[in-house]
Amino acid sequence: MLTLAPLIHCLYAAESLTESVAAAAFSRVGQRVLHVDRRSYYAGNWASFTFSGLLTWIQQHHVTLLIKEAQDWSSLLEEGEELIHLSHSDCASIRNLQVFCFTSEEDEEEEAPNTTEEETGGTKETGEEEEEVREEEEVREEEQTTPSAALRQSEPTKKKISYAQLLKEGRRFNIDLVSKLMYSRGSLVDLLIKSNVSRYAEFKNVTRILTYRDRQVEQVPCSRADVFASRQLSVVEKRKLMRFLTSCVEETEEQRAYNGRPYLEFLRDRQLGDNLQHFLLHSIAMVTEDTPTEEGLASTRHFLRCLGRYGNTPFLFPVYGLGEIPQCFCRMCAVFGGIYCLRHSVDGVVVDRDSNRCKAVIDSRGQRITCSHFVVEEGYVAADRKRVATPTRFLSRAVLITDGSILPSDSDQQVSMVTVPPIAAGCPAVKMVELCSSTMTCMPGTYLVHLTCQSVGSAYEDLSPVVTRMFRTPESHDQETCPSVLWCLYFNMTDGSGLEAEGHNLPSNVYVCSGPDGDLGHELAIRQAESIFQKILPEEDFCPPAPNPEDIIYDGDNTSSSAGGEEEKEENDGVAEEEKQEEEKEMLEEEKEMLEEEKEITDM
Amino acid sequence: MHGRVKIKSTAQQEEEKRKEREKKLKIYVAARDACFSKRKEGIWDDEALQLTQQLLSSNPDFATLWNYRREILMHLETVKDEDEVQKIYEAELSFLESCLKVNPKSYGSWHHRGWVSARLPRPDWARELSLCDRCLSLDDRNFHCWDYRRMVVKMSGVPVDQELGFTDRLIGSNFSNYSSWHYRSTLLPLLHPESPEPPSPCREPPHSSPPPSPQTHSHRLCIQQYLKVTLVQNAFFTDPNDQSAWFYYRWLLGRAEREEMISCVYVSRDEERVAVAFSRPVNAQSVGLLLVLDGQPQRVEWRSVHPRFKHSPVWICDLPPGTISDITNEHNLTVHWTEKHTHRDCALYTGRTESWCRDSATDQELFRSELSVEKTSVLQSELQSCNQLQELEPLNKWCLLTIILLMRALDPLGYEKETLAHFQTLKEVDSMRSAYYGDLCSKFMIENTILKMEYAEVRVFSISDKNLTTLCHLDQLLLVTHINLSSNQLQQLPPQFAMLQCLEVLEADNNSIENLEGVYHLPKLEEVLLKNNKISTLADLQPLASCPKLKRLDLRGNPVTQTANIESELAELLPSVTDLLL
Repeated sequence: MLTLAPLIHCLYAAESLTESVAAAAFSRVGQRVLHVDRRSYYAGNWASFTFSGLLTWIQQHHVTLLIKEAQDWSSLLEEGEELIHLSHSDCASIRNLQVFCFTSEEDEEEEAPNTTEEETGGTKETGEEEEEVREEEEVREEEQTTPSAALRQSEPTKKKISYAQLLKEGRRFNIDLVSKLMYSRGSLVDLLIKSNVSRYAEFKNVTRILTYRDRQVEQVPCSRADVFASRQLSVVEKRKLMRFLTSCVEETEEQRAYNGRPYLEFLRDRQLGDNLQHFLLHSIAMVTEDTPTEEGLASTRHFLRCLGRYGNTPFLFPVYGLGEIPQCFCRMCAVFGGIYCLRHSVDGVVVDRDSNRCKAVIDSRGQRITCSHFVVEEGYVAADRKRVATPTRFLSRAVLITDGSILPSDSDQQVSMVTVPPIAAGCPAVKMVELCSSTMTCMPGTYLVHLTCQSVGSAYEDLSPVVTRMFRTPESHDQETCPSVLWCLYFNMTDGSGLEAEGHNLPSNVYVCSGPDGDLGHELAIRQAESIFQKILPEEDFCPPAPNPEDIIYDGDNTSSSAGGEEEKEENDGVAEEEKQEEEKEMLEEEKEMLEEEKEITDM
Repeated sequence: MHGRVKIKSTAQQEEEKRKEREKKLKIYVAARDACFSKRKEGIWDDEALQLTQQLLSSNPDFATLWNYRREILMHLETVKDEDEVQKIYEAELSFLESCLKVNPKSYGSWHHRGWVSARLPRPDWARELSLCDRCLSLDDRNFHCWDYRRMVVKMSGVPVDQELGFTDRLIGSNFSNYSSWHYRSTLLPLLHPESPEPPSPCREPPHSSPPPSPQTHSHRLCIQQYLKVTLVQNAFFTDPNDQSAWFYYRWLLGRAEREEMISCVYVSRDEERVAVAFSRPVNAQSVGLLLVLDGQPQRVEWRSVHPRFKHSPVWICDLPPGTISDITNEHNLTVHWTEKHTHRDCALYTGRTESWCRDSATDQELFRSELSVEKTSVLQSELQSCNQLQELEPLNKWCLLTIILLMRALDPLGYEKETLAHFQTLKEVDSMRSAYYGDLCSKFMIENTILKMEYAEVRVFSISDKNLTTLCHLDQLLLVTHINLSSNQLQQLPPQFAMLQCLEVLEADNNSIENLEGVYHLPKLEEVLLKNNKISTLADLQPLASCPKLKRLDLRGNPVTQTANIESELAELLPSVTDLLL
């Protein structure tokens, strides 16, 4: 399938946001980029899946991957070269997968009690093989309670959405493996704007910030309009909150006096009262009780800076899910000549012994691909070659499909960010995002809820207590008013922030980038991409704006070629060039058409 | 590398743009000329509609073309049947929508839309309302849209409470919006008409005839309900520096307009003259003022107290000589304000040299600032919450000013000390407006002094050493015989001062007075004390010559005393003065 040009500037194995951003940046400034991924979908752990896609993904993580014996590629090596083998399995980054279905398989009218049992068994996965037996038992118990729950829940007047419906409407779901939001003045948004990549996607405002407190979900007033409209706050609290928010924008002597002391103490001394203190600590700064003041203030400021740029909250969410973002950068990369290859993996890196530099890679089909730089996701690198924080940190994730919003309001199309402070001592603080169907991530009538926290135990142990309290599940009690969970998935994912930036035992032109981290924003991935780019091309601009289609001219299109135009970067001979030219041109034209189409759509 | 895309340089782009513009201009000018010539020939056809549409869609502010378009449409109305007309106008509306997208603040487009909507055989008001909502969600201060919306609401009879909900929504999304607050202030009186009659249907304009009694309780009570909702309090606690909420708040607390009436009739036997004070400045020559003396209408010449005033709250007239000069006679006087169907009687008894009949400022509660006093408890609680805010924001000028107004509404004399302290703070925190605060404070001090004078039932007005910068409410001092303005910061005795028709002694030592314009034709004035002021020329003293009884004049410490031959000049100017201090 591939006849690759002999020289690849930059080669990527697997994909994460970091890699797609860096790849786009390289491609944009004229570097030749090849991107290979062993998976059949883009974006790796950053991907979004349809419902059935997610079920397949779950299945794949249960199938014990046959550890392929490392093939002997020594025949491909030349004198003075050695091979570093790359790992094949990315299972390590995902573990403790557990799935529960709390809704009936078929529409209720047709429901027969005995089918329920079968249904739950069919959709429920019992986790990985390493999983402890005790846990499996727990899951079994679960299976038993489910049918009775389904029966009990069939009584209410509201017809519940059945599992069959979820499957049937599965294409309407875009379920992200990671759960993040875009800070409207964060580095990702800045980059999307700067590079013009934003035109490939649409975004929605997160419409409200909620918090869970005293067993209740409350709206957090964070903007001026919210404070004004809030019914929970007294007028004096309103004034105090507004005053605090305006005063903390500037750094003052008074604030510096609290450096090193907990933010909570700082807040306490402002005499704000419990209400405001809770909002400021958990929902606005989103820190814990022992976070130092300077850090708390910094994240408060970041939150406030992001407010009002696009709406009443500091956050944006991409329509069709976060998986869109890496794909947008891939598109930009492709527009400028980047080549993508899915279901294709790299087996090993050919290293020149003398210079300790990577000269080429060998793919799974025994093809040697020359490259001058190689960027790889940490999952490919054997543990003894990379430096990570020990022990490996994990994130606990839960994905729920529910039948209602946790805080119903006038509009059923709210996108909510929910902060859940630790529900008991030693429990992690949970960040929750509730997406409505207009974000194109779930079918109408349902909500897609993502929960994320730093792992203490398994995802189920960490998050199911929160789920049980805030939603109606078979285990919950007296929560008739809460939305019901129709289906849910728990899993743990390696926390990408554990990867050290430097000090890996790898050739100097091999760069490792991490998987998703637990932060709400995208700072880590963008920072990493930029730093890789700067290491390789310190002189070049990072993601300069892509031109508008109407401003693009091609060589030969215009005889009065520009005097002040770009200097051609590099002279390259070879017959393949001619073909490439044609290809690129076609691609650009296609792109142009596509953009025009888009324009028409938006104009309408 | 070959085959790389090249980005057009800016020069190239500029050149292309220039060419594009040239081309556009050519088309535009050609179309415009075609339109003008068609209009000249009086052609009202579809082609003309299309031409104007083409031009207006690129430049919606071309009023002549809109006019031409209306001519065409009116012509079409006469030749087509209703369904066709409906279609044409609907097309017009959607064309207008595209114009508004180009320029959402185009006068021409909005006006034309109003015109079309009014002529549409079967208007779809709901659609128009939603268009307005869309426009306002893009720019909630687009006054063109507000205007158009008001028209739509009026035409389609949207219930007032629904409109109130609409303002709630807009204020909820951004409360720094005068338009929404103001709209509320026009809606509330509609929802709660002032008249004590049973509430009329909301659509009717309630002010078709002014209600007979001004401060009707039902209206006030309803307003108080809106205070309880505390929407406006939310706004100023959230952002006390936002003016729009404060203005609305003052309106909400504000009192109804004063009743129009004759507040005082004064008659003097010696001078055989009548002075009449009104509740507002009027032009007596044109309001149908009728003087009836002992049942006989009199032909009199009304004049304002100073030639500078065409409108004045005080008017005087001389009675025909001899009509009331006999001290043994009793007379009954009535002044009719025919225009307002109101009048006031005054009896001059035997043996009296003067008489009056009036409503005192105290009775009328004239000086409870502009705020209502109907429900003291409401104001009291408002004052409390403002004080609460002031504790949090001690230097917020809007809060301080509102507190002062509330205090004045509640108990002007009782809160005098606090009021003065707050004024001091205001002058410091808002030094740009310190003169305004000085004047306002002067006004309040004068009001307090008038109240004190009335309680004491005297005709002496003494307000020395109070940092007065200006004089006001002089119409309330019509009956004052002694005035003491010493040791203030007054710079003039303005023309209004001539309203003090009974004044005998004027004390104004230690001010900065340079101008005596208002000491004019004061029939009883005998003594003028102006020690240490800034009167510098003889011409400044000219007005005094019009006061026939002036005997004593103290001008010590004024620059004018340095003038050569001052004594003889003054003797010539003011022959009646016998006691002159220089």
